[in-house]
Amino acid sequence: MMTVNELQKLSRNVRAETLRAITEAGSGHPGGSLSATDILITLYWNVMRHDPRNPGWPDRDRFILSKGHAAPALYTVLAEQGYFPKDQLHHLREHNSMLQGHPDATRTPGIEVSSGSLGNGLSVASGIALALKLDGKSSRVYCLLGDGECDEGLVWEAAMFATHKRLDNLIAIVDRNGLQIDGPTEKVCGLEPITEKWRAFNWNVICVNGHDYNQLIDAFLEAKKVAGKPTVIIAETIKGKGVSFMENVVGFHGKPTTPQELEVALKELEAD
Amino acid sequence: MSMKATRDAYGEWLVEAGKINKDIVVVDADLAESTKTILFAKAYPERFFDVGTAEQNLVDIAAGLAIGGKRAFASSFAYFLTGRAWDQIRNIVAHDNLNVCLVASHGGFSATSDGASHLAFQDIALMRVIPNMRVVIPVDAEETKSVLDAALKEGGPFYIRLRRDKEPILQKPYQFKLGKAETMKDGSDVAFVSSGAMVDTTLRAAALLKDRGVDARVLNVHTVKPIDGDALVLAARATGSVITVEDHSVYGGLGGAVAEILSESYPVPVHRVGVPDVYGSSSRSVDALLKEFNLMPDQLVESAERVIQKKRN
Repeated sequence: MMTVNELQKLSRNVRAETLRAITEAGSGHPGGSLSATDILITLYWNVMRHDPRNPGWPDRDRFILSKGHAAPALYTVLAEQGYFPKDQLHHLREHNSMLQGHPDATRTPGIEVSSGSLGNGLSVASGIALALKLDGKSSRVYCLLGDGECDEGLVWEAAMFATHKRLDNLIAIVDRNGLQIDGPTEKVCGLEPITEKWRAFNWNVICVNGHDYNQLIDAFLEAKKVAGKPTVIIAETIKGKGVSFMENVVGFHGKPTTPQELEVALKELEAD
Repeated sequence: MSMKATRDAYGEWLVEAGKINKDIVVVDADLAESTKTILFAKAYPERFFDVGTAEQNLVDIAAGLAIGGKRAFASSFAYFLTGRAWDQIRNIVAHDNLNVCLVASHGGFSATSDGASHLAFQDIALMRVIPNMRVVIPVDAEETKSVLDAALKEGGPFYIRLRRDKEPILQKPYQFKLGKAETMKDGSDVAFVSSGAMVDTTLRAAALLKDRGVDARVLNVHTVKPIDGDALVLAARATGSVITVEDHSVYGGLGGAVAEILSESYPVPVHRVGVPDVYGSSSRSVDALLKEFNLMPDQLVESAERVIQKKRN
């Protein structure tokens, strides 16, 4: 467990390393990586039961990155945690690298299931949660979705199934940064009212500021107490969070920062 | 000759296997009565999950169960399973090499009266192109159980294509072995290569040919992937001409696979009989559809004679 101050300090470092890796790779998805960073840090440092030296530990909590394009942020977090050497971050998206453009469970320690084709994570997470229940295990399954990803019908197939099976060991987080590739989510294909949608599917819904560590920690604590239904945390976030010229800019969804932009970004992250 | 549907054999096998192996779980998408997973559901309700009419969820739930250490069997009709959930099969089940057996009922001409939406003529092509996927079409109800035994033992992703109707249990001069094509009848003039329900049809065609003095070999390629290239070359070498017969599109299925192998390894005239580039349509009789696509034994005799002629030219 880390203090909020420590988490905030760490988050600046993770954001910097994430951008460095994307810039070096020359392609990737910085916007959604930065919006998800604080959620990932909260989970890996203060919420989940896991052991980087033993990624297959049967009693671990599981994390599934359904919005696979935020892989660089997850890789940085996993490297910081010690799942693999930090040096690997320099090889993001390289030919045959351990760190593929999108999460690959067959190559990267700490990745439970491959993702990249949107909409699958919550459904797979539900299957894992079901298996854990069958085995009488107390582990939980955490699944991070993008808000644009909620356009996928499969997300709602899983949402229906998870409540039907009373999967209270399943906790979804929606990274509600409001932007997808073609523009604001509400202009592309409106998701609102998104909290009411999840409530209508009979989920326990918690809304938080996805960059406020106190709120995130409290939300996960509350989710752990809920019995009989799954919880979804709608985390209001800012795409590109932490770097002023990237914040709320649609273009940084899938465009890497240039070396010059990286320099400016790093100055800002280090100055905070 | 005793008759039994391959899907019935599947339901029975699940109950038997589920008794011994407690890790076996079954997922269905609102078709448990038709796919026969209902038998498992009744025997072990705590290990059976019905996701409703949601095939993408069907496959991903099975994937999650497999990641959680279970041996998952996911079932639906052949088209819905492969067509509606292709992304989940490609990106999760096969990519991550999970212990998921996709067992489809209503392959080929099983869904004749339902028409184009249900007639699965593309499923083998859809599955064959996916890395790590093994594709098997049991010849009858007996072989179905052997295939399922092998899939459970082997582990990893499988697509097993079954059928609705009662069919004869064939006399087989071999013990089923995954990946090994088997000779049902020896012959030296032409080789029929088929799988599933079409093997019986080709045996009938071979019998008709015998009356006309033509010695036709019949090969059962139950495992379409990984395909037994050696057996195909051996048959081509022995007969000099090959006819593939399938209840599937002539594109991308068994015919395509055989042509790929022989064109590179031992080119001989190959004639592919199956569904041309069209949709199926409703019919009250399977025979009417089979006839439309030249898949009746007497029509196969004509095809055989044509390909033998080609060999001579």
